[in-house]
Amino acid sequence: MERHFDEQLQGLKNHLMKMSALAEVMIADAVKTVVERDAAAVSPVYEREEIVNQMEIEIDEICLTLIALHQPTAGDLRFIMGAVKTNAELERLADEAVNIVQKAEHLLNVPQLKPFSLIPEMATIARGMVRDSLRAFVNRNVDLAREVLLRDDRLDDLKAKMSVKLTAYMSEDPGSVPRALDLLLISRYLERIGDHATNISEIAIFVVEGLDVRHHADQKRFVNRTNGHADNLA
Amino acid sequence: MSSTVISIQNLDLFYGAFQALKQVPMTVRGRHITALIGPSGCGKSTLLRTINRMNDLIPGVRVTGSILLDGKDIYAAGTDVCALRKRVGMVFQRPNPFPLSIYDNVAFGLRVAGMSDRCRIESVVEHSLKGAWLWDMLKDKLDHPALGLPLDQQQRLCVARLLAVEPEVILMDEPCSALDPISTAKIEELMLELKKKYTIVIVTHNMQQAARISDYSGYMLLGDMIEFGETASIFTTPKDKRTQDYISGRYG
Repeated sequence: MERHFDEQLQGLKNHLMKMSALAEVMIADAVKTVVERDAAAVSPVYEREEIVNQMEIEIDEICLTLIALHQPTAGDLRFIMGAVKTNAELERLADEAVNIVQKAEHLLNVPQLKPFSLIPEMATIARGMVRDSLRAFVNRNVDLAREVLLRDDRLDDLKAKMSVKLTAYMSEDPGSVPRALDLLLISRYLERIGDHATNISEIAIFVVEGLDVRHHADQKRFVNRTNGHADNLA
Repeated sequence: MSSTVISIQNLDLFYGAFQALKQVPMTVRGRHITALIGPSGCGKSTLLRTINRMNDLIPGVRVTGSILLDGKDIYAAGTDVCALRKRVGMVFQRPNPFPLSIYDNVAFGLRVAGMSDRCRIESVVEHSLKGAWLWDMLKDKLDHPALGLPLDQQQRLCVARLLAVEPEVILMDEPCSALDPISTAKIEELMLELKKKYTIVIVTHNMQQAARISDYSGYMLLGDMIEFGETASIFTTPKDKRTQDYISGRYG
């Protein structure tokens, strides 16, 4: 029997998807400001942040009400708890886009240090991770969620490469330090976006399988079991 | 925003010397579900029964204050109580179909109201059974005895019997308390469907039920309306500590 409650859960999913789409555009615009030195892309980031902040409050309200009125259990409870956490992750990753655009605004006022192809590559990966982690969450697709987790390593590698390159610039030319630091932070923000998407993927796995994969908790449990420790998975 | 269908103000009700309702206010909005909750003896069923004057049947009852239905006081002199009960129908705790066939149960009110056109009666019976989600499963056994149906279907038949006389408001007094969880879920889904066309007021001991299905809730205690408001607010941020204690299971 299709429950009235299911319609409300679908409404919650729609809200999260809309919020994720906004965050993705914010990341794209923020990085466009950095790479293309396009000042026109700045203000839309701030405008969308306002909407994302508003949505964060709305989604928390929806979740609170659904819990209070429906006393969800099992998969429904995991989903709503996951929605609360995903909501927070989306808001924070949208904030990272704002951080990027703030640094980009500094950079617009100074000559370009060097066009870095790694930044757009990182941005493409980060945006894809956000999109797919959210798709994994709303569509209950754990294969996609696990695949997103793997992509995070690539993002971390690129961040490390950026650090090496920028450190070299700074040692050669102290005049490049302020710009290089901004770029270093931008790569750090992109890496953080990947971390938030990773968290959303882990939440998706928990919602579908009831399995907590954070901090490799699932593997630690396995170790405990082989050591004969009590282990309650219920 | 839908309009106010029932407006209750300063309602006092006495059973002899005992005051069961104390200056109760309540506003019922059209095409919404309003739930009354509270511990046994708090007056919620009494309040429900004032809305179609069912309490008139109890000797020694005295009512003061006003209940306006579509702006008209239903306790005013000269009120046609039968007409009122047609507009404000009631579903009771235990399903109470008549010991007649399924068809005759639904047609009963129409015949009492003087309808004799068979085609028309047939059409209303079909429409009413559809409205109570019974048509598909019962259309081939309309001549079977209603009392042979499972309880949840009996309860929905009582709903169909009401729908046949086209009420405006449906009062439900613990409509699921005799039913198992699956049957309860069916009645609840039916209520959510019915509210698209009807105004529903329900009394329930089951707080979770009030939370799940109602738009507005009133918490009553010892004849007082302690708190009334949107269900989402009552169950997330109640204003009165007594409401908070009751809905979080700390009462008593």
